Amino acid sequence: MDLIQPTPRITSDSDERAGFRAWLPYPSTEPCCEPVAHIRAENLSIAYQGRQALRNVNLEINRGCITALVGPSGCGKTSFLMTLNRLTDLIPGCQVSGTLHINELNVLAQTTNLLNLRRTVGMIFQKPTVFPFSIRKNLELPLREHGTHDRTVLAATIEHVLQQVGLWQEVKDRLDRPAQGLSGGQQQRLCLARALVLSPDVLMLDEPCSALDPLSSGIIEDLIVSLQGHYTVIIVTHNLAQARRIADHVAFFWSYEGVGKLVEQGSAQQIFESPKEELTAAYISGIRG
Amino acid sequence: MLRQSRHVQEYGPTAIIWAAATMVVVPFFWLMGDLLWNGWNHLSLSFLFSAPQNAGREGGIGPILMSTLLVVGVCMGVAVPIGLGTALFLSEYTRQDHALGRLIRASLDVLAGVPSIVFGLFGNALFCQALGLGFSILSGGLTLACMVLPILIRTVEESFRAISRDQRLSAAALGLSTPTTIRTILLPAAIPGLLVGGILGLGRAIAETAALIFTSGYVDRMPESLMDSGRTLAVHIYDLAMNVAGGNPNAYATALVLVGLLLIINLSSSWITTRWTSFNQLPA
Ligand SMILES: Nc1ncnc2c1ncn2[C@@H]1O[C@H](COP(=O)(O)OP(=O)(O)OP(=O)(O)O)[C@@H](O)[C@H]1O
Ligand SMILES: [Mg+2]
Repeated sequence: MDLIQPTPRITSDSDERAGFRAWLPYPSTEPCCEPVAHIRAENLSIAYQGRQALRNVNLEINRGCITALVGPSGCGKTSFLMTLNRLTDLIPGCQVSGTLHINELNVLAQTTNLLNLRRTVGMIFQKPTVFPFSIRKNLELPLREHGTHDRTVLAATIEHVLQQVGLWQEVKDRLDRPAQGLSGGQQQRLCLARALVLSPDVLMLDEPCSALDPLSSGIIEDLIVSLQGHYTVIIVTHNLAQARRIADHVAFFWSYEGVGKLVEQGSAQQIFESPKEELTAAYISGIRG
Repeated sequence: MLRQSRHVQEYGPTAIIWAAATMVVVPFFWLMGDLLWNGWNHLSLSFLFSAPQNAGREGGIGPILMSTLLVVGVCMGVAVPIGLGTALFLSEYTRQDHALGRLIRASLDVLAGVPSIVFGLFGNALFCQALGLGFSILSGGLTLACMVLPILIRTVEESFRAISRDQRLSAAALGLSTPTTIRTILLPAAIPGLLVGGILGLGRAIAETAALIFTSGYVDRMPESLMDSGRTLAVHIYDLAMNVAGGNPNAYATALVLVGLLLIINLSSSWITTRWTSFNQLPA
């Protein structure tokens, strides 16, 4: 795992640095996991075709921390993630109510620029979703779409993010081969690199390891840990041991007769060692779900 | 006794399936054999390039090949962009239950079943008369475009819909705009479907007679522009076989050329499709 090197952090705001920062995948802020709310959901409810899937979620997610969302299947974890970057807009019949802020940005407002929102909030899915073209083009496409066309900048950024996800040594000689030829674990790391290429502030991972073997899964897990402090990371996982290993905060969801609710949230230590709710205690000790 | 009935149980269905498959293959070879037997002797390079004489009893099919290519070219040139646009509209810009989308789909399904002679009459009324294009290659091509659009649109729409939700979601999650997603992800993935739809349409267009008799007409001279009337291969065969005494040998030879073209089109399309898919699955 020596490939995952922490990147020098940029703290100065001089013009030269700012230009450099434009393609640097890490945000300029100091690495931190502080009790500073980055994302704030208030009374957030989600319904599909009039059927509520998630009701009245009040959740604060801290900047730079890794927050794990856990809970049984169908309790609305994926739905919650998809409201953060408004992918819910793509789902016919999906309605979101309540308020949701990322920093000062009112995510659910009509006027929110979706393309910018999605640039700052990256997402990785359960199954690796590489596009059916070359590795290089997979990484160039989002960059070009968001206005980077300079070839040297493109090449440097691609090398940088591939280094970051530990894929550079493996693929540097075959950047122009189809990305589907990579193994599942490599594809998932490519997806991670593709999200990092846009220097997002928030990174959401929806069960990123569940389609992978234990070895690849371990690599991804180490990667996520290396992101801590640089990005606000939200990870959905069914693997409680994993949540315990990597998360700073944990939010526990439960589905009451098909309607998902947030049962309890807190630091990972508190949730796993002294949960307040009986349901949480039962779930983490494996009695239910 | 018991063994025998087991025997029948096991081999009976197999025999029926084999018989059914054979019954499909036999007519194909019969037809090809008949065409080759009767047409091969008349086939030569000069037949392909010279003009027909004596109402087609003698001479070749040069101008007719040219007219066919032009009519089919106009047809595909018009049908492919419109078909692609409509398919994109149906699959990307309207939801499955959208009223306009439903109306378009229903009309396409009806159109797909309309006999070609009706398209011929319609094309004559609209393109030849109302729009004043007269009997011309342009009228014929446009009429054929109307005829192949339904198949083309439905096949292409299906291939757009077959692209997984995950790909669309991850494109959107990267902040790619709809036009970029269409250009870089949807269109390339839909190319095999577009080819199949295009080939089906092309096959239907190149073999068409009824829709063309009333629109591009019979004239067997070399066309000088798209506004000239032109006779296509299928119309030529029809005319030689039905209206020209002693036209049969050349009708056979022309039919052989037509079937040959159809074969080439079909084989090349399946070749392209396999090449395309195997490139995309190439190991890195
Ligand atoms: N596109 C959709 N249309 C209708 N209902 C949906 C849709 N997506 C999710 N749902 C419903 O919303 C509820 C929450 O689903 P969601 O996918 O958010 O759960 P989840 O917690 O991510 O589950 P899992 O752990 O299995 O991924 C479920 O009851 C599901 O049936
Ligand atoms: Mg889920």
